[in-house]
Amino acid sequence: HRQLYHFITDGEDRLGLTGEPDGEADGDSKADTPEIPTSVDNTPQCLNKALEGLSSRWRNWWIRGILSFTMISGFFLIIYLGPVMLIIVMTVQIKCFQEIITIGYRVYHSYDLPWFRTLSWYFLICVNYFFYGETVADYFGVLVQKEEPLQFLVRYHRFISFTLYLAGFCMFVLSLVKKHYRLQFYMFAWTHVTLLIVVTQSHLVIQNLFEGMIWFIVPISIVICNDIMAYLFGFFFGRTPLIKLSPKKTWEGFIGGFLSTVVFGFIFAYLLAQYQYFVCPVEYDSETNRFAVECQPSELFVMQEYRLPAALQNVLRWKTVKMYPFQIHSVALSTFASLIGPFGGFFASGFKRAFKIKDFANTIPGHGGIMDRFDCQYLMATFVHVYIASFIRGPNPSKVLQQVLVLQPEQQLSIFNTLRSHLQDKGILPPPRPEAQ
Amino acid sequence: RMGQAVSDDTYGHADGEGEREGDGEAEGDSKADASEVPPATDDTPECLNKALQGLSSRWKNWWIRGILSLTMITGFSLLIYMGPIMLIPLVMAIQIKCFQEIIIIGYRVYHSYDLPWFRTLSWYFLVCVNYFFYGETLADYFGVLVQREEPLQFLVRYHRFISFTLYLTGFCVFVLSLVKKHYRLQFYMFAWTHVTLLIVVTQSHLVIQNLFEGLIWFIFPVSTVICNDIMAYVFGFFFGRTPLIQLSPKKTWEGFIGGFFSTVIFGFIFAYLLAQYQYFVCPVEFDSETNRFAVDCQPSSVFVLQVYTLPAIVQNVTRWETVTLYPFQIHSISISSFASLIGPFGGFFASGFKRAFKIKDFADTIPGHGGIMDRFDCQYLMATFVHVYLTSFIRGPNPSKVLQQLLVLHPEQQLSIFNALRSHLREKGVLTE
Repeated sequence: HRQLYHFITDGEDRLGLTGEPDGEADGDSKADTPEIPTSVDNTPQCLNKALEGLSSRWRNWWIRGILSFTMISGFFLIIYLGPVMLIIVMTVQIKCFQEIITIGYRVYHSYDLPWFRTLSWYFLICVNYFFYGETVADYFGVLVQKEEPLQFLVRYHRFISFTLYLAGFCMFVLSLVKKHYRLQFYMFAWTHVTLLIVVTQSHLVIQNLFEGMIWFIVPISIVICNDIMAYLFGFFFGRTPLIKLSPKKTWEGFIGGFLSTVVFGFIFAYLLAQYQYFVCPVEYDSETNRFAVECQPSELFVMQEYRLPAALQNVLRWKTVKMYPFQIHSVALSTFASLIGPFGGFFASGFKRAFKIKDFANTIPGHGGIMDRFDCQYLMATFVHVYIASFIRGPNPSKVLQQVLVLQPEQQLSIFNTLRSHLQDKGILPPPRPEAQ
Repeated sequence: RMGQAVSDDTYGHADGEGEREGDGEAEGDSKADASEVPPATDDTPECLNKALQGLSSRWKNWWIRGILSLTMITGFSLLIYMGPIMLIPLVMAIQIKCFQEIIIIGYRVYHSYDLPWFRTLSWYFLVCVNYFFYGETLADYFGVLVQREEPLQFLVRYHRFISFTLYLTGFCVFVLSLVKKHYRLQFYMFAWTHVTLLIVVTQSHLVIQNLFEGLIWFIFPVSTVICNDIMAYVFGFFFGRTPLIQLSPKKTWEGFIGGFFSTVIFGFIFAYLLAQYQYFVCPVEFDSETNRFAVDCQPSSVFVLQVYTLPAIVQNVTRWETVTLYPFQIHSISISSFASLIGPFGGFFASGFKRAFKIKDFADTIPGHGGIMDRFDCQYLMATFVHVYLTSFIRGPNPSKVLQQLLVLHPEQQLSIFNALRSHLREKGVLTE
């Protein structure tokens, strides 16, 4: 059955599926024999002229290289612009969603169900509304207190979101057409799984971002670095294949990528941890109506001295070393990105093979769709979020205060008393004064 | 030929009532399921069969359904009597059975019995997701117990990380288990498992959270849905003429509307009956001294009789000026309305699902009724609705949970919250120092 996968060559020819709905009906799996359709080339004309002379393989290499460089520069530009990244995250999310849904349409030839496109986008909006309401309400707390209609929306947020979702659900049930039941259920499930993966992750990314831009920049950079390093090591030294799913990956690339990513992460963390701009939680300043990053850096981002274990001392002849604690965490993040992150990529590869597509879309020349770039990032955002929640920070103080203010007065009083005795025990509050004044 | 685009998978032909063998007919075209009705597998106990020998088939079926309904309702009441300690395992058991039924359907549809890893993985994901949810909810309610035991403290502190690691392991095993010829099938089963988890497990945990708010928030919604089911069936049986929706040809508008009105009335009365007892109304708490569940409290304002002045129009008609009600009875009307008007959509969804995959019932567990899932299909949306309703309109955040979060914060943050709270309480006049 090698010929089943003949499509999937190593990037020599762009086998973009042309987006027309009448792709081959995959009625029988033997139909896709070695005919390679003409590739759709999105490369801009200027690049094409510049690279005319080179052979096809090197040309592809250069295109990928230039586009990578462009994307990374763009990334840094966006970082410079600051928390505008929120919009970028939204855009990426919407594009990924669209790519996956379009694949679903193509696989199931379900373009004739017009309701379904509307419903998919409707569910996307609903779920986003729900998530943004949950997170935004906390961070924009002061702004929300000021405006009456916002207060109503926040107070009954879950109910409103649920009602919106229900409306979509009922529409789906009413839209079931006799001959297309199974197809419609497939698309329904496809939409929901896509929402689960794409939208949840993007909201975790945004939550990480609010913790401090470093928690957004460093994980993404590490994944990109691992991608590039694994590719380079594989390109120059690759011999042993890693996994059947992705024949281009090699053990040499994997291990080389791992080690170089850890080193890169360590250094990059050191560079970023010095700037308040990256390290401070993002706050919304309601007076100036802008985002502010200004704070006393938490102890994670303050240089500390660590004693080296005896063995290392003998080797390096240093007794102590000064590091940011964050650099130690960066090793954990880098390790995850190099060892587990690729499973996200394998998952996406398996998905593409299962549905016989080369790339998710043609958006980026040489790289495929947005989803192709982000497939290793999936697990990363969730991991970082869970890591932060478990090891770094506790609950968000302003959120806790909000919850306290919503309680009944008797409950508030009992919490007040418990808190006071707790603080007195710890010596933060002066002990209770005697009765007389 | 729209539905045939994906003939890569063979459509499991399981049109009969409960053939569970994996080798159903491979179904190339949708015309194969013509009017052949395979012999029904009858699970009815022998005693019932003998007793009902004489009756015609239609009435026999009616009697079987009736007896089983009565049995189920009796069993349900018995479990309520035994209290939360029985109800929580009951919800768990139902959840597991529903999950199993849906997964088996997936296997049959895709003939994926040959992927032994997959059964293991599905159950593993079920255990993971349950672990995650139980950890999140139980840690709050069993707070005191957790403080005492060291290993439990560790599990609670790093709960999300542990759950995530467990889930990741399953994910990686799935990726490693991808076999060349079966990629699409495996992805389908992966998606099937996750969607099932999303529906079944999330709902059951919302049910348990509702239960902890007070048994009434568990009993009442479930009873309303059952009542609506029965009433719609009875009204449809006697008065049904106009079909309601293509999906379920047995449902009629008469049944729908009759069911709606009778459910609202039933709910109103039942709410009145239940709201009088502390046993139903109080939040369930775990008493760490006696190691038992306790329901003991000052009933909240929702469950205290209040006097409402009737609007002028109603006064003229009924010649009452005021009426004494529990506020909960007013809430009961919205819950009953939801159960009657929107709840059936859950049933239609399940009907559409059964038609899409050409099955008659989810399983054969209950004679005359089908599988557990068939009984619970209208309950899906109900649990979520009640939970959302509770959090939006009835109660605020859980005080002990808030306190726990407070105690975890940094001292400076605690101090600032303390000051903010103190000024707030002073403003309200609650604090007089």
